[in-house]
Amino acid sequence: MADTLLTVEHVRKTYESSTGSVEAIADISFTMEAGELVCIVGPSGCGKTTLLKCIAGLLRPTDGLVELHGKRVTAPPENMALVFQEYGRSLFPWLTVRGNVELPLKHKGLSREERRQLVDDAIEAVGLAHADTSYPWQLSGGMQQRVAIARAVAYQPEVLIMDEPFAAVDAQTRADLEDLVRALHKDRGMSILFVTHDIDESVYLGQRVIVLSNAPTWVQEDLAIDLEAERDQITTRALPRFTELRTHVYEQVQRAKRGQAVRPGS
Amino acid sequence: MSTVAPAAGAPNAPQPRKGRSGAARVAQSIGYSFGLPILLLVLWGVWVTLSEPKFIPSPAEVYDAFVKTWIGPAFMSDVVPSLTRLAIGLVLSILIGIALGTVIGLVKWLRELLEPSFEFFRAIPPPVMVPVIAVILGQTGTMKVVVIVLGALWPVLLNTIEGVRSTDSVMKDTARAFALTRSQRLRALVLPAAMPRIMAGVRQSMSIALILMVISEMFNASSGLGGNIVYFQRNYLVAEMWSGIVLLGLVGVLLATIFGFVERRMLRWYHGVKEVEHG
Repeated sequence: MADTLLTVEHVRKTYESSTGSVEAIADISFTMEAGELVCIVGPSGCGKTTLLKCIAGLLRPTDGLVELHGKRVTAPPENMALVFQEYGRSLFPWLTVRGNVELPLKHKGLSREERRQLVDDAIEAVGLAHADTSYPWQLSGGMQQRVAIARAVAYQPEVLIMDEPFAAVDAQTRADLEDLVRALHKDRGMSILFVTHDIDESVYLGQRVIVLSNAPTWVQEDLAIDLEAERDQITTRALPRFTELRTHVYEQVQRAKRGQAVRPGS
Repeated sequence: MSTVAPAAGAPNAPQPRKGRSGAARVAQSIGYSFGLPILLLVLWGVWVTLSEPKFIPSPAEVYDAFVKTWIGPAFMSDVVPSLTRLAIGLVLSILIGIALGTVIGLVKWLRELLEPSFEFFRAIPPPVMVPVIAVILGQTGTMKVVVIVLGALWPVLLNTIEGVRSTDSVMKDTARAFALTRSQRLRALVLPAAMPRIMAGVRQSMSIALILMVISEMFNASSGLGGNIVYFQRNYLVAEMWSGIVLLGLVGVLLATIFGFVERRMLRWYHGVKEVEHG
């Protein structure tokens, strides 16, 4: 067994408000190994973003714990990078593409030359070498999200967390970006936790798909995706096995939406 | 398999508009800038010649008075000290406003503690404070600078607080997620994000500072631009008085030009974003 990278154990999150407390996440547990690409999928409003923020140390869970390499996460860890859905609000418009990618490296104690190499390499990896002196707002949405991915790649995280990163880009751009994520995982061995509401996307990308229930949320199913590592937008999506898996996940999500799923252990 | 990404399209950056040659554009912009002033000067001249009003001299008389009054020793003894106090007061207002505003904008309890009092102080018209401050500090240069700062501080301060407070939540999460240090967050996120509002505050502060520069010199008509204008008024030196007013207007234009230059450089990104948003 490969070493466990990320452990999520009985995480519960309730929000206190003036009208009482709302339970967003009931009880979520799963683990992720180094080098894995895990997709989390669930109906909209099921607390995916809440879960991610708890994992990333941006929110404190009400109960339970998150561990990265056996170290409890209480604040954003240094070896984790995030890609947000709202690329326009996550990139700093006063910095160039290069400036954005380089910013988080500045406190890592690297030499100027090491930094330059990491930035060059990351910008090259996402295919933006021609635009490195542009500003993010001069680029299309898909390219802006590439910048955000380059920033995460240059940061050399042990785990890359992506929160519905392609929800706001058009379908063709999304297919390209999905292949970019697959390539980062395959060629660079990056461990990626990818949250999406798109069932096809989760099956196409993931080695595992974790299906979440409706809020208050728990893990409804943890499904291994037994497709080959070499995937392709046309042939993979045309495989009978792909259709089976996506139908299965689709049914699970539909059950989750209707609240028919049975909570494990209850 | 070495490269990871497929080739992407060219950046759809807004291109600078291409048009007529540079010289023609410069000529046109000069025409726009000076067209109306020249027209007004002509109208003024014609009107004064036709109806001979008592307290309004002709443009030529004002021009003569301007050269006689301000170009010469008075420039060093009155104009330069006034402008120096204006500059010191303005720079202090901006520095204090940004520093205080950043701290207050970041600390919630401090903001809640101070904001009601700020509403009170900013509502006081600064000129009413001049006699009080003059009594406390005397007729000194310090007093005049203090008057300018007390009035010009508020727009920068309040705008900085608001700009710092309203830093985008996703940008803040991004900065936290990438474990940016406190000073990095301040320099790379909080201050640049607040800069459009800060600059809007600076613009307001500039006009207030100019008004207060004049008013602080009008009491006890001592020296400086304001003092001279009051002196001319009291001694029926009508053309000289008008020349002082013209000089104030020119100072205003100078300030606006400097501001425009600095603002364009600092907020290039902001204007770019706006341009993209509005197609």
